[in-house]
Amino acid sequence: MTPRAELVHWAFAAGFLLLGLLLLAEVIVGSEVFEMRRWRRYLWPSLAFGLGVLLWPVAVFFTSSTLHMLAHASWAEVAMLAGAVQLALVRGKLTSRWWTLTLSLTLLVSAAAFLIHEQNPWLFSRSAFLHHAIGWTLLVAAVLPLGQVLQPHRSIWRAGFAMTWIVLAVMLFSDRDVAPIFGHLSDLAGGPR
Amino acid sequence: MSSEIVGSIDRASERARIERRSGRETAVESLGPLTILGGIVWAILQPYRIVFLNPAGKGFYDYLIQGPVLVVAVGLFFALVIAPGLSEDLRTRRDAQS
Repeated sequence: MTPRAELVHWAFAAGFLLLGLLLLAEVIVGSEVFEMRRWRRYLWPSLAFGLGVLLWPVAVFFTSSTLHMLAHASWAEVAMLAGAVQLALVRGKLTSRWWTLTLSLTLLVSAAAFLIHEQNPWLFSRSAFLHHAIGWTLLVAAVLPLGQVLQPHRSIWRAGFAMTWIVLAVMLFSDRDVAPIFGHLSDLAGGPR
Repeated sequence: MSSEIVGSIDRASERARIERRSGRETAVESLGPLTILGGIVWAILQPYRIVFLNPAGKGFYDYLIQGPVLVVAVGLFFALVIAPGLSEDLRTRRDAQS
């Protein structure tokens, strides 16, 4: 027995929501205050790494096609990469701020996976619409870590990065197995459920 | 006369700084409740998403992953575990600076 796709998406949406809240909190209070308790520095990198690990069983057990499996596996890989690099930065194993660009790589790969593996047009169903919307959102958001590297003292980049995950969570929570979008639902999609 | 003016500006500057800090505390403390509110609004708009209210034909995963409950849980976690420490550290830092 496997969970419906929308339930898996909601579970990950909860993780992304927490990730976004942690990042937003750091922007609000400032890194200096956020890092006053050492364990807090490890929170979001660990969460990102953990989400990557949890994406593996989804890729292996809960996908219905090779394309879906490859997409989910690529998300798992880049999420683990981003989390691991951030953990190494926090720990001091890596020091160059250019490593932050792995977050851009993560967003670019994720965006490409979303856009490539969705074969249907925008208004085919709500799920198809969200795949396109999430893909393009992540593609645009890939510029935010670059901004963080080039202008580390401007909090607008970090705020944008934090909001990206909250927006992503909202979009994933909006996902349904089969549902119309703006009144459109292709006959090929089957009945709403 | 000039010292009075300077004093007023200093006090105004200090007041503004404290208000800005307090704004940060308010902002970080409001993230959790706002998230919880989002989950509650979702539950009110779509009560059938709460499986306990509509258990017919539902399985294990439906009980485990309930969208509105997840949102409320994330908000609660942030409000109870993360936000209090951040507020306390903000106050500690403000006191140290003043």
